[in-house]
Amino acid sequence: MEYLPNIIFAVILILGIGYFVRNIKKIIRNIKLGQDVDASDNKSQRWKNVAYIALGQSKMVKRPVSGFLHVIVYVGFIIINIEVLEIIIDGVFGTHRIGQQVLPEWLYGFLIGSFEILSVLVLVSVSVFWLRRNVIKIKRFLSSEMKGWPKSDGNIILYFEVVLMCLFLLMNATDTIFQNTGSGNVISQFIAPWFEGVSGGTLSVIEKTAWWLHIVGILIFLNYLYFSKHLHILLAFPNVYLGNVEPKGKFNNLDAVTAEVKLMMDPDADPYAAPAETSEDDVPAKFGASDIMDLSQVQLLNAYTCTECGRCTSECPANLTGKKLSPRKIMMDTRDRLEEVGKNIDANNGEFKDDGKQLLGDYITNEELWACTTCNACVEACPVSIDPLSIIIEMRRYLVMEQSAAPMELNNMMTNIENNGAPWPYNQMDRLNWKDEK
Amino acid sequence: MMSEQLIVPTMAEMMAEGKQPEILFWVGSAGSYDDRAKKITKAFVKILNKANVNFAVLGTEESNTGDVAKRAGNEFLFQMQAVMNIEVLNVYEVKRIVTCDPHSFNCIKNEYPGLGGNYDVIHHTQYIKELMSSGRLTVEGNTYKGKRITFHDPCYLGRGNGVYDAPRDVLKKTNATLVEMKRHKGTALCCGAGGAQMFKDAEPGNKEINVLRTEDAIETQPEIIATGCPYCNTMMTDGVKFKEKESEIKVLDIAELIANA
Repeated sequence: MEYLPNIIFAVILILGIGYFVRNIKKIIRNIKLGQDVDASDNKSQRWKNVAYIALGQSKMVKRPVSGFLHVIVYVGFIIINIEVLEIIIDGVFGTHRIGQQVLPEWLYGFLIGSFEILSVLVLVSVSVFWLRRNVIKIKRFLSSEMKGWPKSDGNIILYFEVVLMCLFLLMNATDTIFQNTGSGNVISQFIAPWFEGVSGGTLSVIEKTAWWLHIVGILIFLNYLYFSKHLHILLAFPNVYLGNVEPKGKFNNLDAVTAEVKLMMDPDADPYAAPAETSEDDVPAKFGASDIMDLSQVQLLNAYTCTECGRCTSECPANLTGKKLSPRKIMMDTRDRLEEVGKNIDANNGEFKDDGKQLLGDYITNEELWACTTCNACVEACPVSIDPLSIIIEMRRYLVMEQSAAPMELNNMMTNIENNGAPWPYNQMDRLNWKDEK
Repeated sequence: MMSEQLIVPTMAEMMAEGKQPEILFWVGSAGSYDDRAKKITKAFVKILNKANVNFAVLGTEESNTGDVAKRAGNEFLFQMQAVMNIEVLNVYEVKRIVTCDPHSFNCIKNEYPGLGGNYDVIHHTQYIKELMSSGRLTVEGNTYKGKRITFHDPCYLGRGNGVYDAPRDVLKKTNATLVEMKRHKGTALCCGAGGAQMFKDAEPGNKEINVLRTEDAIETQPEIIATGCPYCNTMMTDGVKFKEKESEIKVLDIAELIANA
C-alpha cells in the first residue's frame, strides 16, 4: 500500500501520454492522406526559418502587443515545463522536490523563483488575451467563423493556463518545507500568509491536492490539444520547416499538365497513337483539388497547425472589403473536413467510405475562392508559415480545369488569350501598334 | 515631348542585322493594348532611348505570359502560353529581360524556368535604378522637388518577390518627398486587380478594394501616387476618380515620373 500513490501516478501518466500518442498517430495518418511533398531542398534556409520564425517568433512580434504577450506565454510555457520533469520524478519515485535535494540550493531557488515570476507574467498575459477576446472588440476575433466552438475553444485554453499557473503557485505556497528554505519563493511567499491559521496537516493536504491537480491538469491540457486549435504549440515547428522557401509570387507548375502540353506542342507526336501502357497504380490525373486527398501533406499539416489567430484574415483585401473570403476559414474548413474524413476512416475499419461530401462546395464555396486577389497578404501575415493561398489556387484549378466553372468574364478573358494572345479581344498583329500611336 | 520619335527595334530586325541587344523589353499585354498602360510603355522606352540602351522588343511575336490564366486556375492555358513564349525567347537566345509589369516579371522569372525558360528577369524600376547607378541615366530637372509622392507596392513585386527598395530608391532621386502609407512594403494592401480580378466584377462586399487602397494613399496627402504596375495604375486611377480627387492627385508609373523629370 505504501506504493499506491506511485502506482496511481504512473498509471495516470501512462494513460495521459498514451492517449495523446494515439491521437498524434491519428493526425499523422490523416496528414498522410494528402499528396507527397518533397521538402529535401534548401535545408539551411528551412532550419533558419525554424530558428527565426518558430523559435524566434519573428513574425509574432510584428504586432507588438499580442506578439510581446505571446512571447511571455511561450517562454513561460517552455520554461515552467522544466518543473514538470521534477513532478514526474517525484510522482514515480515518491520523492519530494527531488530538485531541492540534488541541485545546489541557489540553483534550485533560482529555477523555481524564475518559474514563479514567469507564472505571474503568464497570468497577466493570459488575462489580457481574455480581455482582447471577450471585452475589447477586436475585429479578427469577431468574424463569423469564430462563433460557437472556436470562440469557446480559445477561452478554454486561457482558463487552462490560469488554473495551471494558480495551482503551481498554490502548491509552492502551501509547501512548508519549501517556504522555510526561503529560497525561490519569490511570489509564493506572499500567498503563504493567506494560510497562516491552517494546521500543518491541512496545509499538507492542500499542497498534495494542488500538486496532483497540477500534473493531472497538464495531462488533460496535453490531451485537449488534439481537440482544439492549440496544436500549433507542437506543429508550428515542423510546419515552419516544411513551409515555402521560394519567392511567394511563384506558384508551382503542374507536372501532369506539363506532360500533356509537351505532347500537344510536339510536332512529331502521333495524334492517333494508342495511349502509353499505364501501370496498375497509375491514377488518372486529377487537376486541382476538390477534397483534402487532393491537397498536399504540407497543406494538411498547415490546417492542423492553424491556431485561428486571424492575422491572415485581418490583412486580406477581400475580407477587409466585406467579401465572404477569409483565409482563416479556408484553413479551418480544411481541418474540419480532414477530421471528418479521419472519423469516417475510424468508423469504417480503416477504409474511407464515400460520404457524398467534399471540401469544395460543402465547406468552401466558389464565391470565397473567386474573391481572392492572390496578393499573398495572408501568407505574409501568418506567424507560422501557413499558406492559405496555395489551397485557394488548387481549388480554382479544379473549378476551371475539371469543371469549366470559372466566372463568365474569366472564361471570356481566357478565350481571348487562347485566340489572340491577350486577355482582351485585340489582334495579335496589332501588338506593336503603340510604338507609332501619338 | 510626345513628338520625339521612339526608337523601338524588334528582335527580328536585330537578328536580321546580326545584332544581339543587351536586354529584351517584355511589353506585356496591358503595356501593348491598354490605353493607359501604353503611356507607361512609351515612357519607359523614352528612358531606354535617353540612356542609349541597346534593347529590343518581341513585337508581334510576343504573346500573353499566361500569368493571369494561371492565377485564375487555368494551368493548361498558362503552360501553353509559357511554352510558346519560351520557344520564341530561346530562338533569339534572350538572356536578360526587363518589364514594366510585375505579373509578367514574376511569371517569367519564377514560373518559366520549370518549363525550360531561364532568363535574368528584372522589373523596370530595378533597371532604372541600375541605369542611374551606372551613370547612364541622370535626373537633371527639379520637376518633383518637394512634391509629396506615395508609392503603392505591387503585390507581385513586393511581397511576391521581395523587391521593396528599387522603386523607392528611384523615387528618391527625383528629390521628391516620399511619404509612406500606413500599410506598405510587406503589409501593403493589394489594389484589387490581382488573381484575375482585373477581368471580372468583384464578389459582393461592402467596398471595392481599390477604393480602400486609395483611401490609404489619400491619408498621406500626396500630390502623386506612384505605381509600378499597369493594373495597379488603373485601379488607383479609378479609386482617385471615385474619391473625386483627380484634380489634386495624379497617379503615375515610376517610368512616367522619371521620363518627365
